[in-house]
Amino acid sequence: MDAPRCPPMIHARLRLPRPGFTLDVDLRLPGHGVTAVFGPSGCGKTSLLRALAGLERAQGRVALLDGGPEGPEGPRGPDGQSEDVWQDDALGAWRPVHQRPLGLVTQDAGLLPHLSVRDNLAFGRRRSATGLSPAALDEWIAHLGLGGLLDRRPHTLSGGERQRVAIARALATGPRLLLMDEPLAALDAARKADVLPLLEQLAARLPLPVLYVTHAMDEVARLARHLVLMEQGRVVAEGPLTEVLTRPGLAPRLGAREDTGVVLEGRVAGQAPEDGLVRVACPGGELWVGVRAGAGLAAPVRVRVLARDVSVTLSAHADTSILNVLPVQLEAIEAEGTTWLLRLRLDGPGSDAPACLLARITRRSGETLGLHTGQRLYAQLKGAALM
Amino acid sequence: MSPDTWSAIALTARLAAWSTACLLLLGTPLAWALARGRGAWKPVVGALVALPLVLPPTVLGFYLLLLLGPQGPGGQLTAALGLGRLPFTFAGLVVASVLYSLPFVVQPLQQAFEAIPESVLEAAATLRAGPLDRFLHVALPLARPGFLTAAVLAFAHTVGEFGVVLMIGGNIPGQTRVLSVALYDQVEAGDFGAAHQLAGGLLLFSLALLLSLQWLRRRGGPAAAAGAGAGVI
Repeated sequence: MDAPRCPPMIHARLRLPRPGFTLDVDLRLPGHGVTAVFGPSGCGKTSLLRALAGLERAQGRVALLDGGPEGPEGPRGPDGQSEDVWQDDALGAWRPVHQRPLGLVTQDAGLLPHLSVRDNLAFGRRRSATGLSPAALDEWIAHLGLGGLLDRRPHTLSGGERQRVAIARALATGPRLLLMDEPLAALDAARKADVLPLLEQLAARLPLPVLYVTHAMDEVARLARHLVLMEQGRVVAEGPLTEVLTRPGLAPRLGAREDTGVVLEGRVAGQAPEDGLVRVACPGGELWVGVRAGAGLAAPVRVRVLARDVSVTLSAHADTSILNVLPVQLEAIEAEGTTWLLRLRLDGPGSDAPACLLARITRRSGETLGLHTGQRLYAQLKGAALM
Repeated sequence: MSPDTWSAIALTARLAAWSTACLLLLGTPLAWALARGRGAWKPVVGALVALPLVLPPTVLGFYLLLLLGPQGPGGQLTAALGLGRLPFTFAGLVVASVLYSLPFVVQPLQQAFEAIPESVLEAAATLRAGPLDRFLHVALPLARPGFLTAAVLAFAHTVGEFGVVLMIGGNIPGQTRVLSVALYDQVEAGDFGAAHQLAGGLLLFSLALLLSLQWLRRRGGPAAAAGAGAGVI
């Protein structure tokens, strides 16, 4: 491309009164990668998704902005991008659900009970102008492991199988936006562990933006690049995942206390298969973490470090069983009753892009060590997991 | 059996078939609107449809006679359309039967449509199916057990009607003299032998029909049971 292209984007300005709260958002979301919409139940995240899809009639505007300046014909957006307007109440524009190029995967999968898996997959593909070719659909069928299920009826499938069919069925329409509403919430832990890695591979492969509604932080940490945090129908915080997770003051809203933590993005820099470990180069230092399939040399990986697994020392100890000790600077202390949440900026080699860790310690140890902001410390990571 | 009785049986079968066809055509959109609609009209229409369940058939027949008669607005309309007058004709019987059996079709269909989860229809919408497409290719196939119930009940109920038929159709052999009326005549005339044949046959026929309905329901499983007119029979 000669002309500079703007990144594609989704614009959603929506207002919808619901019992208990009013959905009121004005979002510009990245037009690629997985954006997690996170919040407690009843915060309006499902309403947001349904309003985007056109399943609820909210007031406002929904538009997909192409990575202009070149794109399909249509009105130009404010930046000269071509726009695909789904709803604009100022212009009286409204496109019903079946005319929106989207895919939806819900908690209960919503498979058509009177059709076989094969016919479920064909239902949307045949009706969509952008439907996948049979060959392209076959690829997804293979990828999602549906080959043996094609002649089955939905009621004979397990929960995990249903979700996989629902995902393939949504993709078969060739959507420009994939909406996922707690797709794993109805699954037990074992099924969830089956489907989550598939979603992860999907997230890496899909050439389209995904909006992923969930109240499970582990799903966010594994799948999302971008995070929208909602409460009472409003957006409390929004931005790149790694940054929002360490934003001051947000920890109590980012899920259960034991889930507080950060996600570091890095690359596999070394392997020690005899120890079952890989070395990951992250901004601010290198970490040893347990090996996982797909973590080949130089592969981009994410490491999740929970605040409860991080402790601090005033000096570097050589005589510790802890593998990962990183130099940090104490940026902030958030008091939470009898505990402190420490925000630690990684300042080892390669820390040009600032990355942070969170550590939760008792107030007593904090006071004993005489911790104060600006102090140089060593963070000991008792646990870190490849996502 | 006498040729008269055979002609009454044939006429009744023809009337039930026509009525069932008209009822399914009319009842399906009505049941869909009642199942999916949200307006203030819904309880009113629901009550009107259910009215024949509680009203003596003669009341319905009486008003229909007035409505479709030469002085009634309905009668003037059919005359203006070149259809002639409906009372004491086969067409008049069909109109009356359709109104009389409406709840037996609308209620099982409405229940079958209401049993379809909203999420399934929404999923179809996100798969690019428009409203009519969703109705034809999702709602109708899923409501199939309800259609079976509705058709069987409509047919059986039309075969069994008496009061409405007598009021609007009278007793013209070969034209409006249906089974139940023929039976009444036989009893009036003291011909108990013929009456036994007819009454017994009708009893067995109705029993067989309802048994087959039970069997279809059981075979259809829980989804079919939800669509079967539990509120009607």
